[in-house]
Amino acid sequence: MSLNIKTETARIDDEIKLSSGKKLMSYDIKYETYGHLSDKKDNAVLICHALSGNHHAAGRYKGEEKSGWWDNMIGPGKPINTDKLFVVCPNNLGGCHGSTGPNCINDKTGEYFGSKFPIVTVSDWVNSQKSLLNHLNIPFWRCVIGGSLGGMQSLQWSLEYPELIKNCIIIAAAPKLTAQNIAFNEVARQAIMKDPDWCGGDYLKEKKSPDQGLSLARMLGHITYLSDDSMKKKFGRDLQQPNLKFNYEVEFEIESYLRYQGTKFVSNFDANTYLLMTKSLDYFDPIKDYGDKIQRMLSKTTCKFLVISFTSDWRFPPHRSKEIVELLLDNNKPVSYAEINSSGGHDAFLMENENYFKTMDNFIKRLR
Amino acid sequence: MRVRDDFELIISWIEKDSRVLDLGCGDGSLLKLLKNKKNITGYGIDNNIKQINKSIENEINVLNFDLNDGLGEFKNDSFDYVVLAQSIQEIKDPKKLLNEMLRIGKEVIVSFPNMGHWTSRMQLFFKGRMPVTSELPFRWHETPNIHLCTINDFIIFCGDNGFTIKEKSITSRNFIDSYMISLLPNFFGSVASFRIE
Repeated sequence: MSLNIKTETARIDDEIKLSSGKKLMSYDIKYETYGHLSDKKDNAVLICHALSGNHHAAGRYKGEEKSGWWDNMIGPGKPINTDKLFVVCPNNLGGCHGSTGPNCINDKTGEYFGSKFPIVTVSDWVNSQKSLLNHLNIPFWRCVIGGSLGGMQSLQWSLEYPELIKNCIIIAAAPKLTAQNIAFNEVARQAIMKDPDWCGGDYLKEKKSPDQGLSLARMLGHITYLSDDSMKKKFGRDLQQPNLKFNYEVEFEIESYLRYQGTKFVSNFDANTYLLMTKSLDYFDPIKDYGDKIQRMLSKTTCKFLVISFTSDWRFPPHRSKEIVELLLDNNKPVSYAEINSSGGHDAFLMENENYFKTMDNFIKRLR
Repeated sequence: MRVRDDFELIISWIEKDSRVLDLGCGDGSLLKLLKNKKNITGYGIDNNIKQINKSIENEINVLNFDLNDGLGEFKNDSFDYVVLAQSIQEIKDPKKLLNEMLRIGKEVIVSFPNMGHWTSRMQLFFKGRMPVTSELPFRWHETPNIHLCTINDFIIFCGDNGFTIKEKSITSRNFIDSYMISLLPNFFGSVASFRIE
């Protein structure tokens, strides 16, 4: 069967009260769907994207060279099999690919949101995704799936709406960030905010663009997504020219690669969204936020969990994913945990890997 | 498929609706049988991703942990039974693991291939070679088995460490062996299973 890719925008008119206490009266959620919703409406799967992701998870638009960010995983006959499942992938609130975010015009003022856009949290995203579920008139998610920041949203779903989620897949994630994780995020934010063209967040109004800062932030982030091993294998100390130039231009392949990644990123991402996403990562800590209440919340879920980590991931290494597993074990929840051998670093969750795909395929084929 | 002898025995020892942790669960067959026959809940643990994937295929909750790292993920007395079926020979520190099993389980069940079986003894005695048997199919240089023992060794090990043997059962696949087992268990038994408290 075909992927049956559809790109839509849902106008949500329910007011959303955000974790910060601020409110949005209405907002847009841009989303993509693949496959077909069954007559019983019991085969819907939610895909939650990570920091730099968006709603375009699979397939290829006409004229586009690159396919969606998880095209190897989602599609006909793939682990997230669109022949059987109806897959929904929204762009998160505060994103910059069509959902309401800092780069949108505020209807009330007629100006760009910019610095005025409120910080949203993982919990806020889950609440907005719940509104999308209602909008689509789907009674529940057969499964919620996400990697990295997306995995945090999957976990949050199982806590916040236990009755609306039957299965939960949490990949390359952690129940909270460490000081080191936050430190990297802070350097990324500083890179953006120290760029004079950031204009306190209102660069669109000023017709400017903090490209230098955003590209630096992305370069830094990118290093943390790869592993030392994979960088060694891919670039080593290879030079672009045969001889050293004794100046500060690009010489090593890795320099060229990082600059390329930075520049490419700037062309389709918004600096304020980057700030917001990193902040949302930093704030995530449901075990602390809910305290003792978390046991009561988990007691309500009949959801089956799958947690996956990757050996070379040093951003959220296996022992961090195991913290999630332990929380679930402590509460007698049905959980499976797979640790995948990979040299791909944190980004391994986006890469093809025989064992990883088999884990996903075996679990998803047996969703109940 | 024929059910492994030690599995049949372990299944008979486990009560209905109990909570079971199966260490070195392989493809999850034991837990699957226990789920169907005894309506148990629980988890399997294995450190091989291929086995993890087979367990998921068998719809078993399975955890990709290394038993040599201990069982710190589990709370005291959180299981009715903790099972170690024919995996003890691969464990770095069996004493430490058994203590951990007793901490988190009300009862511990251990089964292992008997190194004292006559086929092993004959190979070493007559051929002068390290035994390779149906229960222990690996040659010395490729075996994952670092702590093989005989039934007598295991009984002494339990005594030395204060593990109380509640029940034991020695089985064999061979008809003549089964006939002689009660006479000389450590010579004719190929697999031994113990219930420990």
